[in-house]
Amino acid sequence: MSEITTTQKRPSIIVENVRKTFQIRHTHSMKEAFISRLKRKQVGSTPYNALDGVAFTVGEGESVALLGFNGSGKSTLLKLVSGVLEPDAGRVLTRGRVAGLIEVGAGFHPDLSGRENVYLNAAILGMNKAEIDERFDRIVEFSEIGEFIDQEVKHYSSGMFLRLAFSVAIHVELDVLLVDEILSVGDAPFRKKCTEKIHELAQAGKTMLIVSHNMAMVQELCERGIVINKGKKIFDGPIAEAVDAMNAK
Amino acid sequence: MTSVDLTGFQTPGRGRGILDVFNHGYLLRLLIRKGTATRYRNSVLGWTWSYVKPAAQFLIYYFVMGVVLQFHRDVENFAIYLFAGVVAINLFNEAFGNATSSIVDNRALVRKIYLPRELFPISTIIIALIHFLPQVAILLLACILVGWAPTFLSLAAFAIGLVIVLMMSLGLGLLFGALNVRYRDAQNFVEIIRMLSTWASPVLYTIAMVEQALKGWAFTVYMLNPLTTAVELFHYAFWLPTTSGAAETLSPGIVGNIFVSLGICAVLVVIGQIVFRRFERSFAQDL
Ligand SMILES: Nc1ncnc2c1ncn2[C@@H]1O[C@H](COP(=O)(O)OP(=O)(O)O)[C@@H](O)[C@H]1O
Ligand SMILES: [Mg+2]
Repeated sequence: MSEITTTQKRPSIIVENVRKTFQIRHTHSMKEAFISRLKRKQVGSTPYNALDGVAFTVGEGESVALLGFNGSGKSTLLKLVSGVLEPDAGRVLTRGRVAGLIEVGAGFHPDLSGRENVYLNAAILGMNKAEIDERFDRIVEFSEIGEFIDQEVKHYSSGMFLRLAFSVAIHVELDVLLVDEILSVGDAPFRKKCTEKIHELAQAGKTMLIVSHNMAMVQELCERGIVINKGKKIFDGPIAEAVDAMNAK
Repeated sequence: MTSVDLTGFQTPGRGRGILDVFNHGYLLRLLIRKGTATRYRNSVLGWTWSYVKPAAQFLIYYFVMGVVLQFHRDVENFAIYLFAGVVAINLFNEAFGNATSSIVDNRALVRKIYLPRELFPISTIIIALIHFLPQVAILLLACILVGWAPTFLSLAAFAIGLVIVLMMSLGLGLLFGALNVRYRDAQNFVEIIRMLSTWASPVLYTIAMVEQALKGWAFTVYMLNPLTTAVELFHYAFWLPTTSGAAETLSPGIVGNIFVSLGICAVLVVIGQIVFRRFERSFAQDL
């Protein structure tokens, strides 16, 4: 049915004919949901396909860019791969530890110190104590937080906060990295450092699925691009052609 | 479709439910520490709230039931009888209430990162258990002052009572925690259950009084409430040894009650887990 671009290596991510339908719920009320069920009418929701029939595989060690306009379903696709969302049809399979640079800092608590937040968030991202202890100094060094690490995070500037959150996320032990538009945050020098770090991970043979609007960066990092438009895959191939396909839209 | 060898592949977002909490022990510890460290951080009285709230509640109950309704004439050491029950119900109310709101409270995480979501209700139940400890300490102090000494049976009764309260909180917490994500009015049921918990178990009165008022099946139904068993076990553990033998005030068939209650709680946990897993699939989009 739908063609799958097979790669030589064993895949790390398999996405098979995935459909994701969002029910736009008009009610958050049990009473109303119950009544509409009794009346056998579907007043509760209007279904909307955010993704439809999307299929591809990403080989181990491959870096793939996911391109498309806002609202085309890129973030939804990454959430399906990370397990936050489940597909309504088709299936998603992954191999190895999957980590995401998706809205970093989600688990940060303003009343805890930087140090406490590093441990908490690294654990949320799937690391155990020994792994965090081992990486702690590198995380702090990368974030350039310095002695502020023992201050409560609520006293951080938004830049410091992002640097620390990003630093935790990028130091997670991983085989597959999902990146969602995160590279547009922070100041220029830190952004450069992050891009370098991602390069480094790519060199180290990590599998990557990257969403970004920065075409120059994407062309530098990835050899392959997938273009999604209104929930459907419209192109899958070499990155330069993908960027053209995206711009032609 | 290309045929690839699927060994070693996982389906993202499919955990093993409560069992997953056991291999996330370190994260569970950190979540508990976060809950206890941040809860009272911005309040003047801090941890004292864990004492002030139950104390105020106890004084009101004691005034109404003990002084106005004169229960302290019929029930020996009525203050201890009352406090033992209040402590058990407080634990249930806090654990169940926290567990119910735990998913919605952690929506920032649930929406963005996959981790076994059972961690949230379970960590809040353990936090409730930690807040319960100072209350037990006060209860113990009062008991020791009137001559209580631990026996194997009293400690066993306390432990079993605790297990029943925690299992019931977990089962109902998973159930309503999951429902709460999609239907915010599920919170109304929770408030009713929390209110009922004090009145539908022998906290403010004794089983002997219920037995006189309710006959036959009505009494049987009353006794099916696992919290009734838990409260009676707390009475066995703390209050009974301080009296001059008032066992007839307590439940007539406590051993049978224990097995029935543990069975009901196990069923509640299974139902809670099943519903939780069903709803979990759409937590991230419903929040
Ligand atoms: N939880 C949700 N509930 C309902 N609709 C959603 C939800 N999340 C995303 N959508 C919709 O799905 C579509 C795709 O969104 P998204 O994946 O964020 O796009 P992109 O990241 O490509 O900009 C959008 O129209 C968005 O409104
Ligand atoms: Mg997006």
